[in-house]
Amino acid sequence: MSTGQIGGQPPNPRGIFGPKKQGREALLNALVLLGLVIVPLWAVMADEPFTITLVTRAVIFALAAVGLNIALGLGGLVSLGHAVFFGIGGYAMGILAWHAQNYVPLFEWPVLFEGTKSMPVIWAVAVLASALAAFCIGLLSLRTSGVYFIMITLAFGQMFYYFAISWARYGGEDGMSIYVRNGFPGLNTLDPIQFYGLCLAALLLGLLLHARLRRAPFGLALNAARQAPERVRAVGLDPLRLRLLAFTLSGAITGLAGALFADLNRFVSPTMFSWQLSGEFIVFIILGGTARLFGPVVGAVLFVLMEHWLGALTEYWHIGFGALLLLIVLFGQGGVIGLIAGKARAHD
Amino acid sequence: MTFSLILEQVLNGLQSGIMLFLMAAGLTLIFGVMGLINLAHGSLYMVGAFCAAAVAGLTGSFVLGLAAALAGAALAGALIELVVIRRLYARDHLDQVLATFALILIFSEGTRWVFGSFPLYLDVPDALSGPVALPLGIQYPAYRLAIIVVGLVVAAGLFWLIGRTRLGIRIRAGENDREMIAALGVDIGRLYTIVFALGAALAGLAGALVGAIQSVQVGMGEPVLILAFVVIVIGGIGSIKGAFIGALLVGLTDTLGRIFLPELFKLVMEPSAATQAGSALAQIAIYVLMAAVLVWRPTGLFGARA
Repeated sequence: MSTGQIGGQPPNPRGIFGPKKQGREALLNALVLLGLVIVPLWAVMADEPFTITLVTRAVIFALAAVGLNIALGLGGLVSLGHAVFFGIGGYAMGILAWHAQNYVPLFEWPVLFEGTKSMPVIWAVAVLASALAAFCIGLLSLRTSGVYFIMITLAFGQMFYYFAISWARYGGEDGMSIYVRNGFPGLNTLDPIQFYGLCLAALLLGLLLHARLRRAPFGLALNAARQAPERVRAVGLDPLRLRLLAFTLSGAITGLAGALFADLNRFVSPTMFSWQLSGEFIVFIILGGTARLFGPVVGAVLFVLMEHWLGALTEYWHIGFGALLLLIVLFGQGGVIGLIAGKARAHD
Repeated sequence: MTFSLILEQVLNGLQSGIMLFLMAAGLTLIFGVMGLINLAHGSLYMVGAFCAAAVAGLTGSFVLGLAAALAGAALAGALIELVVIRRLYARDHLDQVLATFALILIFSEGTRWVFGSFPLYLDVPDALSGPVALPLGIQYPAYRLAIIVVGLVVAAGLFWLIGRTRLGIRIRAGENDREMIAALGVDIGRLYTIVFALGAALAGLAGALVGAIQSVQVGMGEPVLILAFVVIVIGGIGSIKGAFIGALLVGLTDTLGRIFLPELFKLVMEPSAATQAGSALAQIAIYVLMAAVLVWRPTGLFGARA
């Protein structure tokens, strides 16, 4: 109880599609991937740009949760402040593009830099800035564990939220609008499906990284540090360093998702730092199923679908969503993937 | 910047600190006794404020409103303890976070459904609506002074309850060894429900008292909940004394920072930039305080356990 570590992600020897025993989960994963390719292509043919936007939103949320899953799933670190990194990614995009669009130099020394509308540069800045923030927050909050860690990450999230509100230069409470989506060399990002392709590629890279980490020495050591920190220490590894690295990596990926999300909406505001968003990222992972590679993806897709369909039925859809979440936590361990594919291997 | 202005701000800081204490005390009790992290504590604060505003609006009596806040929040607390929370004691913190996050969604949207999105207003009772004259020529709102007094009385009552009564002995015993006191014949399930309802009533009282100064609206509880977490991190989990000291520190830092940091910056910067930088720093001052405590003492000022 007191350590707050959660039940886990077993190292998966067969990589992204899992061993034979997990045939149904692998099939489900393949179907999800197929859906993420086919549905937007269908939407292009049927001229339904809104559907593409919806799927893009789901894919970006999934990437944010895949980032969180490195800290939460592999490291057992229940971070309730991951919106910080999402927001930093968003503001990295917002600030760089705002300077470029308004012809106000960001800095003039040592060289003149006028901001940029180029996605690769923005992504690099978003990843570096959120990794740096994750490193600093991790350095402070990983001194503790369990509920302390949860409360501290939540509090730091609120700190960034209030700071963004009071930062009048970049829109304060109102945020910033970027009028034209940023560019990517060789692509027309104004075309929804091409931007979607970029987001999906980022998600796949994130999933690949997660799958590889699970069976890499680092992932195994991190998993061990979650289950038995004393033993890890006894073999000469430092659990704190492992967790700090995992937390930093996790923040960097969520930061990238934030930059993409800002570009999807062409808008950033302090709500990207809100604690509700941090909570929702955790919900995505649990809704899909903890200890599942595709858990965050399934969870994010379900959330966006419910938000769309239930939200159209009633403006109070959060009541139903809350009740569903409650039922899953209390009675349905294993999330939606667990319901379909049976228990995770670790519990066999 | 006069001396009386400084004193007035110190009183404001005390007032917000004492209200924070009412929130943090419940949270820290619930964590100490049941090992549960309750994100829905902010919802109970909101329930208290809405009960008070609704009943005071119907009857015109502020005291009845306060009673309704206490009863409504305690009832809501006991209900969610019996239906949901009790299934979470043996679970890990992740499940507790998720389930209580779900409760926030249900409470917030449920309240919006019943009362609508517009804020309600809870009027300060007539007898306390004016200022009072304090020594040194300070005029201070009577209601805010009354809140400080009520908060201090409740805090004293809580210390007495925990330290001097049979229930308090059981609560402290429950913190130390729950199997043992269950073996000694204490109905541990009922004790948990009582502790949870007590914490909920304290949150509801705070919500109602603050609701008369600010507006009563959906989502009012969560910013206070997060501040209460900062208080607990500073004071140490499970320690009522820590919650008291932490709450006063946070309340004073926040209130005084907002007033004095911009002034302080004006000494070295031009006024408009100083106001901006000062108020930005004031927004995050309490989190800087929390970080400093974490570096110095990771388990908080009065925390015994890691």
